[in-house]
Amino acid sequence: MISRRDFLQVGMAASAMVGASGFGNWGRLAAQQSLTQDQLLDFDTFGNVSLIHVTDIHAQLKPVYFREPEVNIGVGENKGAVPHVTGAEFKARYGIADGSPNAYALTYNDFSALAQDYGKVGGLDRVSTVINAIRAARPDALLLDGGDTWHGSYTCYHSEGQDMVNVMNALKPDAMTFHWEFTLGGDRVRELVEGLPFAALGQNIFDAEWDEPADSFESYKFFERGGVKIAVIGQAFPYMPIANPGWMFPEYSFGIRDERMQEMVDEVRAQGAELVVCLSHNGFDVDKKMASRVTGIDVILTGHTHDALPEPVLIGETILIASGSNGKFVSRVDLDVRDGRMMGFRHKLIPIFSDVIEPDAAVTKVIDAERAPYEAAMNEVIGTTDEELYRRGNFNGTWDDLICDALISEREADIAMSPGVRWGPSLLPGDPITREDIWNVTSMTYGQAYRSEMTGEFIHTILEDVADNLFNPDPYYQQGGDMVRIGGMGYRIDITKPQGDRISEMTLLKTGEAIDPAKTYQVAGWASVNEGTEGPQIWDVVENHVKKLGTVTLDPNTSVEVVQG
Amino acid sequence: MKLNRRNALAMGLGATAVAMLPMRAIAAADEAIAAFTGGAETGAGDITLDAPEIAENGNTVPISVSAPGATSIAVFAAGNPTPGVATFNFGPASGSQSASTRIRLAGTQDVVAVAQMADGSFVQTAKTVKVTIGGCGG
Repeated sequence: MISRRDFLQVGMAASAMVGASGFGNWGRLAAQQSLTQDQLLDFDTFGNVSLIHVTDIHAQLKPVYFREPEVNIGVGENKGAVPHVTGAEFKARYGIADGSPNAYALTYNDFSALAQDYGKVGGLDRVSTVINAIRAARPDALLLDGGDTWHGSYTCYHSEGQDMVNVMNALKPDAMTFHWEFTLGGDRVRELVEGLPFAALGQNIFDAEWDEPADSFESYKFFERGGVKIAVIGQAFPYMPIANPGWMFPEYSFGIRDERMQEMVDEVRAQGAELVVCLSHNGFDVDKKMASRVTGIDVILTGHTHDALPEPVLIGETILIASGSNGKFVSRVDLDVRDGRMMGFRHKLIPIFSDVIEPDAAVTKVIDAERAPYEAAMNEVIGTTDEELYRRGNFNGTWDDLICDALISEREADIAMSPGVRWGPSLLPGDPITREDIWNVTSMTYGQAYRSEMTGEFIHTILEDVADNLFNPDPYYQQGGDMVRIGGMGYRIDITKPQGDRISEMTLLKTGEAIDPAKTYQVAGWASVNEGTEGPQIWDVVENHVKKLGTVTLDPNTSVEVVQG
Repeated sequence: MKLNRRNALAMGLGATAVAMLPMRAIAAADEAIAAFTGGAETGAGDITLDAPEIAENGNTVPISVSAPGATSIAVFAAGNPTPGVATFNFGPASGSQSASTRIRLAGTQDVVAVAQMADGSFVQTAKTVKVTIGGCGG
């Protein structure tokens, strides 16, 4: 039987032949551009230094579907600026044809239909193939991991990150920075970090008690590559104890600390650095602002906000690279560094089409070994979906709607709250929902589903607070994820207003009545940052709900009215 | 139910409560600053205030102030019920005119630092520190 890989790798003539035979999707694909591994990897090696960037893999060892956001609103100076551009506007900006491989990889439009044609993305064995190909052209290329690597799957949870450490070690990174890793707990992070055969970086990882740089992490590391002295400075996620449970790693403090970043840049320049790279988990808009305040950084490899951009963004003399998430992309940045400065660059965001890129068998073996003990449990089919299930976007995705439905139904609540995290792969209509799929969108070390009473006033305060963390016009005051997802309640949000005035018209959907500030409601949620939160694990709540449904269908969610001014 | 910090902690989502600043607190800060300066004008100048953009824990927020040549630096939490935080005095033998401490912030507010310089003039700087419920970690 002809596999998708064989098919995708054959040239136009053969595709046309298969197309002519009328095999459904294949016929359609034949009409589109054919795709080969060589095409994806095609790159005219440039200059004397190559950087390879992966970030926000969220423990996705195997290929997945990942739908990019439909709603991603920029505020303040970032209104209408990339990465706050989606869909048709994104395609127009970058000259991407409808239905093309890049349209599938970079936008949400026609996602399920294009996914049928182009298949899954990612898989760290495919990522390895791409890294190997770059290293074949440039043996001393630097591989840099932007973090959010040791979180996000069934195997990662049960092995406390060991699966990801073992697989990433096989890819031989040169340095890494951190975010969700810390939710494994301070002790476990130190245990893993101290065993790493590469640098663990974060100039903003501080000892909370003494307010000085933490012992287990270095601020920067020097590399000599292609005759160039390169300094890589790490920047961990600045708002870890706020966005995630600080009680799990009370010994650490973070923050943006851009004045210290400037000191580090000056320090490495004084030590002879000819190229300064910042491996960052700030998030794109925070990095943009930091690039405008800190001078002397040549390249910022951005992370956290999961943006995938086909071209670098230039801020002053600093280029910002955005490499997506979930193993879906690898960025290659070639640089010409001469006379102690960056003279030019060439960049490619390489989409990891898993049916086109040959897996690296050695890494497949490592992945399969990590998964073997858990395969039976992970592969159990819990239900089926009739919907495209996705999460990414400023407001509810369909996965969130399903999770909120599960919370309301299983926890007998009026209103449900689900965190606005950016991770979680997608499923296509008709797909089975396995236990692994549910864990991919819920797995975390603080997954208890609480149920508590909240007044209407308090619910409003929460929504205002989270909205300001997303829509504050100053990126330095944006704290973490997307908007908290709400089930059972509708509201109107005017993102142009200041905190306290954005949220209005809160309505309890089951009665159609306005939320009364003085009245108490039963609220179920998960991912509380408070210590001692009690309740069943969210993945069990969702599993029970899906089991009862059998087949997941959802009503279109129109409960949030967004005013953008 | 009254919304206070203890309740917020019990609620399940939040680490710290967000309190809207009452106007009288801001007026109290103006009064406290005027008491320090004796009502003199404060200008911009060589004074730096280091504070996080978003507090990791509103109950203990690390800040540091520095004003080369100052004889005294006062720190105010403009939104706290009692805005005066600390006054640091520097004698002629001081190696540097800088200080660090940790302060408690009742909610999102401006932290203000005012320094009296050797010539008797006053310089001022401020930074907004956000105190947020948190969660939703991206």
